[in-house]
Amino acid sequence: MQAGAGPGVFRGPPRLQRDRTARHMSAILIVEQILNGLQFGVMLFLMAAGLTLIFGVMGLINLAHGSLYMIGAFVAAAVAGATGSFLLAMICALVAAAVAGAIVEIVVIRRLYAAEHLDQVLATFALILIFSEGTRWVFGSFPMYLEIPDYLSGAVTLPGGIQYPLYRVMLIGAGLAVGLGLWALIEHTRIGIRIRAGENDREMVAALGVDISRLYTLVFALGAALAGLSGAMVGAIQSVQVGMGEPVLILAFVVIVIGGIGSIRGALVGALLVGLTDTLGGVFLPELFKLFMAPAAATSVGSALASMSIYIVMSLVLIWRPTGLFGGRA
Amino acid sequence: MRKLFIAAALSALAGAAGAEVKVGMITTLSGGGAGLGIDVRDGFMLAIEQSGRDDIEVVIEDDQRKPGIAVQLADKMIQSDKVDVLTGIIWSNLAMAVVPAATAQGVFYLSPNAGPSQLAGAGCHPNYFNVAWQNDNLHEAAGAYANSAGYENSFLMAPNYPAGRDALTGYKRMFEGDLAGEVYTKLGQTDYAAEIAQIRASGADSVYFFLPGGMGISFLKQYANSGVEIPVVGPAFSFDQGILQAVGEAALGVVNTSQWSKDIDNPTNLAFVKAFQAEYGRLPSLYASQGFDTANLLLSALEKADPSDPDAFRAALMEADFDSTRGKFRFGPNHHPIQTIYARKVVKEGDVYTNKIIGVALKDHADAYADECKM
Repeated sequence: MQAGAGPGVFRGPPRLQRDRTARHMSAILIVEQILNGLQFGVMLFLMAAGLTLIFGVMGLINLAHGSLYMIGAFVAAAVAGATGSFLLAMICALVAAAVAGAIVEIVVIRRLYAAEHLDQVLATFALILIFSEGTRWVFGSFPMYLEIPDYLSGAVTLPGGIQYPLYRVMLIGAGLAVGLGLWALIEHTRIGIRIRAGENDREMVAALGVDISRLYTLVFALGAALAGLSGAMVGAIQSVQVGMGEPVLILAFVVIVIGGIGSIRGALVGALLVGLTDTLGGVFLPELFKLFMAPAAATSVGSALASMSIYIVMSLVLIWRPTGLFGGRA
Repeated sequence: MRKLFIAAALSALAGAAGAEVKVGMITTLSGGGAGLGIDVRDGFMLAIEQSGRDDIEVVIEDDQRKPGIAVQLADKMIQSDKVDVLTGIIWSNLAMAVVPAATAQGVFYLSPNAGPSQLAGAGCHPNYFNVAWQNDNLHEAAGAYANSAGYENSFLMAPNYPAGRDALTGYKRMFEGDLAGEVYTKLGQTDYAAEIAQIRASGADSVYFFLPGGMGISFLKQYANSGVEIPVVGPAFSFDQGILQAVGEAALGVVNTSQWSKDIDNPTNLAFVKAFQAEYGRLPSLYASQGFDTANLLLSALEKADPSDPDAFRAALMEADFDSTRGKFRFGPNHHPIQTIYARKVVKEGDVYTNKIIGVALKDHADAYADECKM
């Protein structure tokens, strides 16, 4: 919807700036940036969906979610390196992250459901350290190589003459497809009913004969798989290295706080909001300040403000709705 | 090699009655930046091992890239280990936290990597020697290269932190053309789609970027896939041996500036590359060469004087009487290198991506802050 509005809105004003071609913000650039924001948001959604699901169903703050993202990327890089198949690498990454998630749930997390949030944070933070050093142990200290396969590399020309990397188009598509699948799973399957029931009243669900601990393992593995898939897909265009999960984890927390903790729909809206704010803020805020400031000062003020933009958005959302956009709990 | 570390660790525990010189190495051995610290350490220890001296004890500790931990380690090494010489720090912010306090306590500091402008200018110290470069140097060389390549309109990009701003300042100091744009990204940013779109729209004829470590890998992979064809120039930090394999084909043909390259043709360098490969099973990076040169500088000074006589030891360091992997090496008045910086191009040799020198970017180049140094 915004993608359509962009060109129309900005068709008039640039005449004034035409002599400053280097700074000229064309309609194409704006649409491209919106696509970038969407793509970033969709990837954030995959991370945030698992995080919010785990928090919603089990009440667990899982700081180690970023480590599962990292595991996905490393496994994908290792499998792609060994077999040359990108698709197989994605599948293995998904499975490996799910298995790692299930093991972590059974060995560690299970003991933490009754514990305070602070204990959970402490234990899952310890898991980050264990996973990071373990990954270095297995794969070494240097970044790993994971490349986009030939059939997905290069740029495509979208309607309107926009050149956009094919892989990123694929990321948007794959992310939305996973989101749709998740929605169908939760709204229309038996497992989904149990997950939703578990969110509302876990004692009652257990009393009704649902094996709650198996459900928890399943949800945790599902969240882990989403994180692993997202790590593997993003790994092809970013650096596969130890500690790559933590920056994304922080953003994912911002997303679920904005969206409302426990809400998948909130995670989607929050992720797109954060993705668009972050991308468009980083590009247009410095330009905005250039209208009334010296370029050097405008760049530094604009960049600084852009780094803060998603946190400003988060604060505003929390002032307006303290439980997040779609949050039910007080 | 491992034996040497264990020996170093054991003797550290035992209080080391036998060792005459104690060296403390604080470097980054865990976390995202570990590759750099490991290369510096391995290069350094290779030279110590080759020297055959058993009276030098090296205490190695991991700073985890955290200034607070680096300061604690420095205090421990100076006060309880009683080291004579400190070295190893990779990052400028850690160096700024450790070096001024350490040199003020009479310890010598030999920098194998970080070269913040403050320590080259007004904050210089007689006991501080930088064996790598002043932070601006490789960027200045890139600006000079861009002139010689005929570029007239550059798009500049660096992370929004002190070394990032220094980098673009360095480039602009030498570059004579216009700027199509100047963008500061977030430190640790992993997605550059937005910046690449700006580059595409900017009308630039060249892109200069300073994005060390994982940031550079991400940018290069995404740039190669964006369909933007504007040539890219960078400093060696995004094209060192450790990173290139992770970037892969996306880096092929990119020109980058470095004071070291594995094909610099002198006997020391050829022997170093061969020995490093034999010892560790991988090609050395520029960080490894810096660690190796730092250790050899130290060894050359130890031949002439003992750290217990600071004036003589300082004079011996200043002479820089050692065979550098870079060929000719000497210090300027502010104890920073005056050296030649090369333009290299990324090539593929067999299955391995590596660099090949294509020319000299700056000859016998000194840093811009030497005049501000009063010592």
